[in-house]
Amino acid sequence: MSGRRATSGRCLIWIKAAQLDPSYSIVIQIETIATDSMADAPLPHPLGAATDDAPLYAPRKQIYPQAVKGRYRTIKWVVLAVTLGIYYFLPFIRWDRGPNAPDQAILVDLANSRFYFFFIEIWPQEVYYITGLLVLAALTLFLMNAVAGRVWCGYLCPQTVWTDLFYAVERWVEGDRRERMRHDKEKLTIGVLGRKSLKHFIWLMIAWWTGGAWVLYFADAPTLVYELATFQASFHAYLWIGILTFTTYTLAGFMREQVCTYMCPWPRIQAALTDEYALNVTYRYDRGEPRGSVKKNEALKLQGLPAGDCIDCNQCVAVCPTGVDIRKGLQLDCIQCGLCMDACDNVMDKIGRPQGLIAYDTDMNVQARIEGRPEVRRIVRPRTLFYAGLIALVGAVMIASLAMRQNLYLTVMHDRNPLFVRLSDGSIRNGFTIRIANKNLDARRYALAIEGLAEAKVDVVGGEIDQRGRAIVAVGPDQTLEARVLVTDTASTDADSTALRFVLTDLATGDTASTIDHFKAP
Amino acid sequence: MAHDNKEQVDAITGVTTTGHSWDDIQELNNPLPRWWLWTFYASIAWAIAYCIAYPAWPLVSSYTKGALGWQSREAVVADLDALKQQRSGMTTKLADASLEEIRRDPEMFAFARAQGKAAFGDNCAPCHGAGGAGAKGYPNLNDDDWLWGGSLVQIEHTIRHGARSTSDQGHSGTMPAFGRDGMLKREEISHAADYVRSLSGLSTDKGANLNAGAKVFADNCAACHGDKGQGNLDLGAPNLSDKIWLFGSDKATIVEGLMNGRGGVMPTWHGRLDDTTIKALTLYVHSLGGDQRP
Repeated sequence: MSGRRATSGRCLIWIKAAQLDPSYSIVIQIETIATDSMADAPLPHPLGAATDDAPLYAPRKQIYPQAVKGRYRTIKWVVLAVTLGIYYFLPFIRWDRGPNAPDQAILVDLANSRFYFFFIEIWPQEVYYITGLLVLAALTLFLMNAVAGRVWCGYLCPQTVWTDLFYAVERWVEGDRRERMRHDKEKLTIGVLGRKSLKHFIWLMIAWWTGGAWVLYFADAPTLVYELATFQASFHAYLWIGILTFTTYTLAGFMREQVCTYMCPWPRIQAALTDEYALNVTYRYDRGEPRGSVKKNEALKLQGLPAGDCIDCNQCVAVCPTGVDIRKGLQLDCIQCGLCMDACDNVMDKIGRPQGLIAYDTDMNVQARIEGRPEVRRIVRPRTLFYAGLIALVGAVMIASLAMRQNLYLTVMHDRNPLFVRLSDGSIRNGFTIRIANKNLDARRYALAIEGLAEAKVDVVGGEIDQRGRAIVAVGPDQTLEARVLVTDTASTDADSTALRFVLTDLATGDTASTIDHFKAP
Repeated sequence: MAHDNKEQVDAITGVTTTGHSWDDIQELNNPLPRWWLWTFYASIAWAIAYCIAYPAWPLVSSYTKGALGWQSREAVVADLDALKQQRSGMTTKLADASLEEIRRDPEMFAFARAQGKAAFGDNCAPCHGAGGAGAKGYPNLNDDDWLWGGSLVQIEHTIRHGARSTSDQGHSGTMPAFGRDGMLKREEISHAADYVRSLSGLSTDKGANLNAGAKVFADNCAACHGDKGQGNLDLGAPNLSDKIWLFGSDKATIVEGLMNGRGGVMPTWHGRLDDTTIKALTLYVHSLGGDQRP
């Protein structure tokens, strides 16, 4: 406990992203130092690099990640291209739904409160499908975490993807790590100012395009693009483009790793969810330590003294987009993007040592190798099986409910006042408000009938009666219709409340929808 | 509390302290986060600009009007105008169409019913109830018994001109105070009340003289209420042979009506509500139970 103060009576609260053990990732230590007792001090990290003494306030350090090439960098480029491609171009995909509905594959139609997703059309009251999707997304995130730690953070998270893209622009315009560091240290020249301006201009263009793609999900994309190009789009379109331009520019251009370290809850949550089997980007200190220069360590090896493979070249730190030193172990700031693995592998190739000094591994295995025990790799284990099972279950429930989803809905509301009316011939009449939802994309005609009162008569105010004496209601395509229904019971009933079932039959298909209400009498 | 002005630096964090020390606990002098500070400054700038642009400060008998000249009352008027503008298409259609045309057009009918329901709540509900269920002396609009007729045209006339109202086109005709004005004796009134109850099959007092009651009825009541008590729409004379009673069917209530007369007032709405609103109200009321007289 190197943070111990000589002055006594001082209370410190430290939040420490632990470096030792992923299952022990976040430790909140409340320590009151009144005496100099060291009895309960925890064991120091084998590398002695624990940052126990980190103060609560840390000024931001500018990070200049260096360019790197390698397997994980390639994966990240592909993921970036695919995810951004989906985001920017998805609204332009067409999906024919006939004349009464828009032909955009994915469309959030706020004005008409409809959500279109390829063959699915969701009404506001079916928003639970979105809830189901969110549950699935969360479970997938948990599963990814159980298999290989922060895969989401490192490869897929929008914050990572856009920041990566902005870094690429920065490097392309301003140069790589050393050049940018030099520019920022030296006096600003016209040339550097021009490059910086160009960088911000390109950033703003990307940010603007991000906002522009966002609004396309809420209106017919080609039409809106034309309107935007000719400055005829609605104020809301420009407002939202402005908001997303601002957030993208700020989050990816300036806040960057600060979002991951300080704003995002996922690093904390995933630390509580993970276990010792989850693969993480790990510095294999069993192989790397003690670190030293190539020559020095070769010499040590010849003498039969311990010497590690890490040559302390700092490349893993130079390429890191969050500015951490992976050799200090697993830590909160590390988004596990894998770039340090690429950097280290390149160095290992150059000095003729095997790759994988930094690799997807577990601290448990590092410990196992030190102690000469066999390594354990268990992707399939109760935790992953449980998450996979839950995903399958929620997915099955959603698919089943989508498959059994009806295109006809009927709701009935009894008049609250008056509950019943006595007519001049003594019969009793109840008024109801019915609402029919026709989710078909063509107009339909429905027959309304009731069950439960043998002699009762049904009238739809403003409706019609067909030859067979049935009350008929017509509802337009993809619409709801509210109608007033009068049920008159001529037989005098003693019950003050009789259960009643309204049955609506689609005259075209024979589909029915029904709902229960009551007939009230004095 | 010890205090000295010498700048001290905390050994762990490397941050200067404020120099305050309580029981050896020292206060670090960390800077405010810059984003927080700038948000704070921006808020101050915003507050000042807001005070200049919008009504803000109360004065003795007035208030600062603000450079933009914005007023909440005008904003409400503008909102209402915008709403009227938005509805104007449908409103014009309603104004041009006849009641029957509106009833047969589903779109216009739905619009009129919605508008009528709101207007009913604002203007009619105090007497007729929120759902039009009425009260003693105030007709239930949900049933099929209409004092002045339940067709679209009749309902519109009643809404527009009222009954026993200030309008000279309004319905007139009152139930006279037969007892109070000495037209009938107390005994005759009792007979007539028994007879009226018998018209709709209600039980009568033991020893009630229905024949005498029938004679009183034929001489005094039949002129307005009809020979069989079936009522008269032109005079607003209620049907006495059905199951619906505006004031009540017990004998005391009928006697009270015969003694003191009846004459509930429906005000005239012509000139108070515009034509389209009256049309919408007509269609709404009609949809409750209109045109259903057997």
